Amino acid sequence: MDMLASLGDGFAIALTWQNIGLALLGCFLGTVMGALPGLGPSNGVAILIPLAFTLGLGATPSLILLTSVYYGAMYGGRISSILLGIPGDEPAMMTVLDGYPMAKKGRAGEALSLSGIASFVGAFFATWGLILLAPQLVKIALLFGPAEYFALFALAFMTLGGVSSTNQAKSAFAAALGLGLAMIGVDTQTGVPRFTFGEVHLYDGLDFLVAIVGLFALSEVLIFLEERHGNADADGKKIVVGRLTPSWSMLKSCTPTMLRTSLLGFIAGVLPGAGASLGSFISYSMEKRLVDKENTFGTGDPRGVAAPEAGNNAAAGGALVPMLALGVPGSGTTAVLLAVLLSLNITPGPLLFTQNPDVVWGLIAALFIANFMLLAMNIPMVGLFTRVLMIPPKVLMPLVAMVSFVGIYGISGSSFDLLVMIGFGVMGWGLRKLDVPLVPIILGTLLGNAMENNLRRAVTIDNGNWFTLIDSPLSIALWAIAIIGFVLPLIIGARVKSRMHARKDEEGALSD
Amino acid sequence: MIFKASRLTLAAALLSASALTVAAQGYTPENPECIAPANPGGGWDFTCRQVGKLLQDEGLIGKTMQVVNLAGGGGGVAFAEVVNKRADDNDLVVAASSATATRLAQGAYPGNTMEQVRWLASIGADYGVIAVAADSPIQTLPELLDMIKADPTSVSVAGGSAVGGWDHLKVLIAAKAAGVEDVRRVKYIAFDGGGEAVTQLLAGSVQAFTGDISEAKGFVDSGDIKVLAVLSPERLDGEFESFPTAREQGVDAIGANWRGFYAPGNMSDAAYDAWVSRIGDLYASDAWKETMAANGLAPLDLQGDAFQSFVKDSVAEIRSISQEIGIIK
Repeated sequence: MDMLASLGDGFAIALTWQNIGLALLGCFLGTVMGALPGLGPSNGVAILIPLAFTLGLGATPSLILLTSVYYGAMYGGRISSILLGIPGDEPAMMTVLDGYPMAKKGRAGEALSLSGIASFVGAFFATWGLILLAPQLVKIALLFGPAEYFALFALAFMTLGGVSSTNQAKSAFAAALGLGLAMIGVDTQTGVPRFTFGEVHLYDGLDFLVAIVGLFALSEVLIFLEERHGNADADGKKIVVGRLTPSWSMLKSCTPTMLRTSLLGFIAGVLPGAGASLGSFISYSMEKRLVDKENTFGTGDPRGVAAPEAGNNAAAGGALVPMLALGVPGSGTTAVLLAVLLSLNITPGPLLFTQNPDVVWGLIAALFIANFMLLAMNIPMVGLFTRVLMIPPKVLMPLVAMVSFVGIYGISGSSFDLLVMIGFGVMGWGLRKLDVPLVPIILGTLLGNAMENNLRRAVTIDNGNWFTLIDSPLSIALWAIAIIGFVLPLIIGARVKSRMHARKDEEGALSD
Repeated sequence: MIFKASRLTLAAALLSASALTVAAQGYTPENPECIAPANPGGGWDFTCRQVGKLLQDEGLIGKTMQVVNLAGGGGGVAFAEVVNKRADDNDLVVAASSATATRLAQGAYPGNTMEQVRWLASIGADYGVIAVAADSPIQTLPELLDMIKADPTSVSVAGGSAVGGWDHLKVLIAAKAAGVEDVRRVKYIAFDGGGEAVTQLLAGSVQAFTGDISEAKGFVDSGDIKVLAVLSPERLDGEFESFPTAREQGVDAIGANWRGFYAPGNMSDAAYDAWVSRIGDLYASDAWKETMAANGLAPLDLQGDAFQSFVKDSVAEIRSISQEIGIIK
């Protein structure tokens, strides 16, 4: 009951008119920034830090403003994923896979509302997890050494086969390409630059956001330009918006998915070396393995929208656990929040909960408030968001291009990144022509470095002994799941296919 | 400017004199800007934002200092940008630290040298620490170094910088001072930041940690880790007083991660002097002393020419260590 009393105190701190106003402002700005390709949660928070300082806000109000932006951006990332097929930020990438097909089928409203609800569920449970388990959860993070992290990343890649393409070879090619791109930059384990060609801009490696915006947004613009030349009616596509709220039966069928993925995402968020992107990715691929009996994931299955959204919002909450309890950021955004805490003279770490209880509980209360506010804000606004689909492509596409360029330049302030983005745009255009899925490329780039570093750390620590990789019960368990996840679909998949072939002969339908 | 009545007349006179000289030089930054050469959230970002905020709070600049994150190349992108494109910008300062000096010394900013910019002032130093987990059997720094001397493969040292970076160099400096002959055999594991390295120390994956006091502070307070030695010339003040120095344990090793600023190479003398005196005033303020105390920053008060020659010495020293340990030729 001690905890409920503390939470009550937290609400007493957070529930002032000023703080509610700040939370509202933060949620709104966060949603907008999350939706714009290129601007993600970490930039969103960083952009608003000066505002918090200029207004002379104290510790708790500043944190309320900035965490509202954080949660808002996590909500907002899905909007452009669903409507345009362009992820607003890294964690929203998996939402493209089923959200965009749903929108194309005229179910954009449903997809947006459903993902809003899934986001709420994920974030809601994660906030409770944060309250109840933060000090204990830190112990989970301590179970993960380099060997276990490597097993976790390997698991992510081995379940990749299910994602985004019917052609497994192309999926594997895309992932390998992404892994290759991840090699660019200074190798931290030896200090030697790789594939940088003496270009100082490449020393830190490629920025994921630059890659995402180039691959998804710019290639979309290029495809549009090409089609427009060939076919004058390209902008005459009729788009049906359909109903705006999901039916009860759809919500019901998605509920188990949301609960499972909230848990998975939360755990991924708690691990400082994993983060929200891995959370949404593992949520999606595991859920596909579990419930996708009819092979509808990737073609606009509502569960494929709910899974990554619940997963990545739960991971956002989970990432606050190591930040508050260890002072170790679990994601880019929490790194920024950590810097804010430090500049407010609050030292996160093992003693934060006892030394600054007002800040911690005020923050947690603010998370609840922001979460309800976002749900209340997002559902009625679905109708407004879907209007985007009414904008003719000849107006929309230049806007997408402009926002991409401004967004990327805004992050790094470097024109070199713009060139890299254009390069990725052309590459994305080519790959789309070849029907190579784009999501595994980003996953490879995103996870490749961490995977490689953890492998090398593990092996170096054990003086070159590779058996260190299967030296703990946890890593053995992770490897077992990975291998089952890889092998099982091969066996079952073959059987399902042969059955489908048999049926096809009878009905003559469904030609792939 | 409002003077507190309690100030001594002399101090007031001195301050107004310095205010007069600034006025006589007639330079006030119109649009003060600070480049943090890394993404938001790191030490450089902190330097820019904290100093920018306090400069404004203390009335030393009229406008909010704009913080621009220009990440890439471990600070190399920002360095090249300042040298090539903004060499005569009078309103610009850039956050720097020992990491900047390390990379300049190792030639990791291709084609750039420290002489291409003007070094303004330091704002404090973060002394290095070498620590182990609280339940580790190792009690003193010589014990740890003896283990490394006997069998380098038995001890993994974790740090937040890449191989050849400042965290790595600190442990090598200590090993060398303790008579470890081939320091290249010291097993160093690079993590993404000091926080991750400490976490792995607690998880038991590695045996020792090398980093800055500010990174270790929270975990020392909670009793999770044990500081074997702080790499400062003398014991530090206040709450850090209990940490033994390496020197008093017979290992003559000093490693400080200083923080400060540089300015574009062709900044006018008037602007340079104005920035130097403003950062100097900030350093002397009570608000900055509080910030330093809260973040574990130790005093390092160098401005203008003194700072310029300090950086020069530091670059030369790092270059010679890096050559000795074979990181550069």
